Amino acid sequence: MNDRPRNLNRRRFLADTAKTVCVAGLAGLGLSFYSNRSASHTAQALRPPGSLEENSFLGACLRCGLCVRDCPYDTLRLARLEMDVAPGTPYFVARDIPCEMCDDIPCVKACPSGALDPALRDIDDARMGVAVLVDQESCLNFQGLRCDVCYRVCPRIGEAITLDLQHNERTRTHTRFLPSVHSDYCTGCGKCEHACVLEEAAIKVLPQRLAKGELGRHYRWGWQEKDKAGGSLVAPDQPHRYHLPDSMDYEHGGRGLIPREKAAEATPFEHDPLSTLNRGMDEP
Amino acid sequence: MSMSTAHPGTEAIVSKNWLSAHRWLILRRISQLGVMALFLAGPWWGLWIVKGNLSSSLTLGILPLTDPYTLLQSWISGHAIAQTAALGAVIVAVFYFLVGGRSYCAWVCPVNLVTDLAAWLRRRLGLSRPSRMDRSARYWFLGMTLVVAATTGTIAWELVNPVSIMHRGVIFGFGAGALAIAGVFLFDLLVARRGWCGHLCPVGAFYSLLGRFSVIRVHAARRSQCNDCGDCYDVCPEPLVIKPALKGADDGGGTAILSPNCTNCGRCVDVCSLNVFRFGTRCSGTPGSETPPFQVGHSHERN
Repeated sequence: MNDRPRNLNRRRFLADTAKTVCVAGLAGLGLSFYSNRSASHTAQALRPPGSLEENSFLGACLRCGLCVRDCPYDTLRLARLEMDVAPGTPYFVARDIPCEMCDDIPCVKACPSGALDPALRDIDDARMGVAVLVDQESCLNFQGLRCDVCYRVCPRIGEAITLDLQHNERTRTHTRFLPSVHSDYCTGCGKCEHACVLEEAAIKVLPQRLAKGELGRHYRWGWQEKDKAGGSLVAPDQPHRYHLPDSMDYEHGGRGLIPREKAAEATPFEHDPLSTLNRGMDEP
Repeated sequence: MSMSTAHPGTEAIVSKNWLSAHRWLILRRISQLGVMALFLAGPWWGLWIVKGNLSSSLTLGILPLTDPYTLLQSWISGHAIAQTAALGAVIVAVFYFLVGGRSYCAWVCPVNLVTDLAAWLRRRLGLSRPSRMDRSARYWFLGMTLVVAATTGTIAWELVNPVSIMHRGVIFGFGAGALAIAGVFLFDLLVARRGWCGHLCPVGAFYSLLGRFSVIRVHAARRSQCNDCGDCYDVCPEPLVIKPALKGADDGGGTAILSPNCTNCGRCVDVCSLNVFRFGTRCSGTPGSETPPFQVGHSHERN
């Protein structure tokens, strides 16, 4: 057998160890890059209800597939190595099989690790993504037709998707019923995307990070603040006060300072707008 | 030393009989395939005894089992450990702490089937050159996976872990994961003997540490009978673990194979025509001989 001699060659040991450490280090670097890349997966793949934010999810999910097993509609699948989703993690594609939003949320109950947050008790609170009407140009309702399918299939009909009425400028007689998504209610279940009658869905569920804009932190909607405050937030206009020389007045029509006695007859604007504009033209 | 390294165990088949000379190997294959069958009974025949996979599972709807190594990475990545997963990991850890950590490698891990096949083929093809690779590399890899878990905040190792790729692949579908397994096979066949399981795999490294003081151990109980045929070394996936027990009589060493890298596969028990080896416990040894403090060092950790 090829046992090494008892008196270990120190130099060779150190060299071998250094080599091993380098290889392990390089492997670790590669793994880190791969991990970072797989953390930003394709937008088409949605996480199950209650999933933690993506990076936390990848630290929590044990990749056991118990959520997949307990999904009664075969919505969830485990990602494979060749996919743009971290291998072994659960995902679903809304256009194929959307989430049916079970009341008892079996996938969350099955999760042993808390990657699907057990605090999610009401499926209406799930935020798997947000539906976005990505293509108004092909959406039938935007053309003035009454498709309404996305609106009809929405489990939170009238809340997550509403139809906003607008005059149809093309026919000039009809109304357009524009589907409008409200992220306060949309769970991202994907029923709308699944049901969209087009060849390629005009409404798609996107991950929150892609679907949502975000106001600057300092920015406030004025009308909301006004409602909250119960009135205007700025002091109402005060009548102007001028510190004018004695017996002088100010004429806003362009003449400026004038003696007070003339001020009474001087109005800023003539009755006839033209004479206001022509004022001073006839003077030498 | 035996000349017929391509067929170790030939003498044992003659002196015992074929079945006795393959007893532990057969039991081990039954265990490996049985575990796999338990996981597959659900998806294949609708018989849901076990759900999930080796990373985490639920048996009969009540018994949670979780891979403590995966859970450790999850914890290091910054995730607070959930109760179910923790309970499952404790059960698994206690079990392997008793039966020998790397029993997992020999009796449960699906990749063992692949690497055993590669090792067998290697012997048959006469490719059995010793590997220059460092057997302690696995501990560096183990450390690396933990560091990467901490720096990325994810269980990054699970992206590429051949063990879970293979087990998940069989149960949930392989896809390109099959290529990773083929890679392990070719690496073991062409690059290094027992290259993956015996040198690099951090899962095995973790379980070896877990079973550092495990109760069940193989003993070279009748080592005085040894005729130096070398068959046990030839079949052993971790040949360096045998010598301290088999040849330790002069140093007053016990008969138990104490290296945590012994996988308790029992193949040495099978192939020995003189029945030198048997399974025992850590404390049982030759009468009068004290178990020496275990040595772990490069002199024993290299091939």
